[in-house]
Amino acid sequence: MTSTGLGLRDRVTRLVEAATTPLLPRDYLDLFAPLRSGADLRGKVVAKRHETADAVTVVIRPGRGWREHVPGQYIRIGVDVDGVRQWRAYSVTSDRAATDGTISICVKAIPDGKVSNHVVRELRPGTVIQLDQATGEFTLPAQRPAKALFVTAGSGITPVMGMLRNHLDELPDAVLVHSAPTAQDVVFGDELRALAASGRLRLVERHTERDGFLKPAELAELVPDLHERTTWACGPAGLLESLEEHWAAEGIADQLLIEQFRPRVLVTGEGGAVTYNKTGTTVESDGATPILDAAEEAGLIMPSGCRMGICYGCVLPLREGAVRDIRNGELTVAAPGDGVLVQTCISAAAGACDIDH
Amino acid sequence: MTALQKKSDNPVAHLSAADVEEIGRRLDAIRQEVVDSRGADDAAYIRKVIDVQRKLELASRAVLLLSKFPPAWIIGTAGLSVAKILENMEIGHNILHGQWDWMRDPKIHSTTWEWDMASPAEQWKHSHNELHHTYTNVIGKDNDLGYGIMRVDEDQKWIPLYLAQPLWNFVNACFFEYGIAAYDLELGKNLATEERRNDPKFKAAAKQVLKKIRKQATKDYLVHPALSGPSFVPTLAANFVANLVRNLWSHSVIMCGHFPEGVETYEKTSIDGETRGEWYLRQMLGSANISGSKAMHVMTGNLSHQVEHHLFPDLPSNRYAEIAPKVKAIFDEYGLRYHTASLPKQVASAWHKVFRLSLPNGWMAATTPANAPKQVAQLYKLTTGGPKVRRAYDRAQRAQAEQALAA
Repeated sequence: MTSTGLGLRDRVTRLVEAATTPLLPRDYLDLFAPLRSGADLRGKVVAKRHETADAVTVVIRPGRGWREHVPGQYIRIGVDVDGVRQWRAYSVTSDRAATDGTISICVKAIPDGKVSNHVVRELRPGTVIQLDQATGEFTLPAQRPAKALFVTAGSGITPVMGMLRNHLDELPDAVLVHSAPTAQDVVFGDELRALAASGRLRLVERHTERDGFLKPAELAELVPDLHERTTWACGPAGLLESLEEHWAAEGIADQLLIEQFRPRVLVTGEGGAVTYNKTGTTVESDGATPILDAAEEAGLIMPSGCRMGICYGCVLPLREGAVRDIRNGELTVAAPGDGVLVQTCISAAAGACDIDH
Repeated sequence: MTALQKKSDNPVAHLSAADVEEIGRRLDAIRQEVVDSRGADDAAYIRKVIDVQRKLELASRAVLLLSKFPPAWIIGTAGLSVAKILENMEIGHNILHGQWDWMRDPKIHSTTWEWDMASPAEQWKHSHNELHHTYTNVIGKDNDLGYGIMRVDEDQKWIPLYLAQPLWNFVNACFFEYGIAAYDLELGKNLATEERRNDPKFKAAAKQVLKKIRKQATKDYLVHPALSGPSFVPTLAANFVANLVRNLWSHSVIMCGHFPEGVETYEKTSIDGETRGEWYLRQMLGSANISGSKAMHVMTGNLSHQVEHHLFPDLPSNRYAEIAPKVKAIFDEYGLRYHTASLPKQVASAWHKVFRLSLPNGWMAATTPANAPKQVAQLYKLTTGGPKVRRAYDRAQRAQAEQALAA
């Protein structure tokens, strides 16, 4: 581009950049306005509300760059836990109409969960956290289904809550089967029961301490017209697998949409030394740990996304070596020159690896 | 100083191999304690320092917009000098060491950071982190020993050119950032032959440095002065002075790290097959600390804890003060010299060495007011005479030293 082709705005930008080099103007602006438009997307925690003993709703005011989400989608948040930035995905649960430009997520503390426990117990209103735009396919179609079924367990209610709060009135016939240990453990329990009482939703609560884990066969009894419904399911891997099998056996696999938050680990490989050629770092990694986690543990900055193998935000070329998909044990092998793209969040080393990063 | 292996009173002679390995294990344990306890407080510390530095820089530059008024010039120049020192020392140097990589914040990471300095971060990381910190004080391997332009060890052969080294050292101090850039480029070596000059790798690196220097100079000597309008010249002067102050300060601090009298140097072959314990030992005896207040430690980028920094270059700088007593206890227990003194003392000691070694070995020590004329005459002969004369002098010096030892 020649200088005559530059607009005034570009000239000013260049001048300001020349004044702030080697930093960028935004490095200074971030000190005063971290949520301004044009900044990396961040959000400020404005409130926290307990839903159950170990689950909280976190109300976040996103930065100006926030694009509206579709109910059912999730966002990734980056929070500093013990000084270390950790990224996790959580469904957006808020009602778009009722909020003043804020969004909400609901986080349930899971045993040994670094981030979830921090969010539930430590995170204070006023804290600025890192955000990503909402993403995900677990949403309602534009053509709302005549009959909908939601099957959820534990914190699996969160994306469904997002849909119910925003779109329940557009669903003429909606059934929710929710499983939790006890009545007190039902996240959004009061709100769901109120919806049921108003007649807008048929709610079937299952309490595992009394009823045991939900089985697809029981589901068929609870919802006899299952075949006529489009079903959204979210919960632990075991439940989702059994539902997938059942729906496939019934020949209605195309009527089931599922969402899971963590990859299911099926197979562990043998591990190995993973070398990152650009940083010259080598990280010993076992066969059960995603190479993304192992690299971050070693202090490398890695591209990352959903951390469950779906968004491809973490993909890097494998120059040489072998990795195993921790979800299904599938082996990917690269010879020199191949540069096979692998998802680092669900790939564990299956021998020495050379990664282009 | 003479390479440790050639010394008659070897300061590590009393240590067994097992002692050395035990020292290594104890130091590893100290390191692990810090690694295990790094956390939110440390992260808050570096973010605070960055926040303060940037606001100080903005405020100082704002004040300098009115720099034609003397009070504004003085305040702005002082503030900008401090901001530039903080940026290079406590922030840039330490982030580029990877001391804060564990936070996984891409904005405060050794792979993404760039600093207010002529040398591009990438080149400096190679010459400093990989070469200097690995081969610390090994003659012929660690170019930080005299930066390739000075004689800082008896074992470096004296030539008349070194008579001017106090002057070089002062000029280097004033333009230290450019000295570092030239040093990172290994300019002397790479300009020496046609082949090296035309090496595409060298050419690319030189281009990168020139680009960085151009941007840096444009900022300090064109853009900010121009923004000051009628204060153009005073602002230009203020930026020049701030860079000069930063250069003199960082040069002084860095000289104190390895140059003071009594800091050990090592022979090239001595590090073949060096164990972890031996590496630690070399760092322990090859570095010197500066004692002082907390503010002084921050302004030196905690390089005042040079011993601790050289043992653990990637631990967060704010933790060096806390481990220093534990490190010193190991020195004491094993009868090793923990080299520490105030800033004026260490600077004086380092300059003393620069002057002493600008002269032939033993010349300064042997000179008294009474024999001064004779000594000067001898120095004149050594300077104007050929290598033969100097070799004869060296032989005489060695013979004298052996005699003294025998007596």
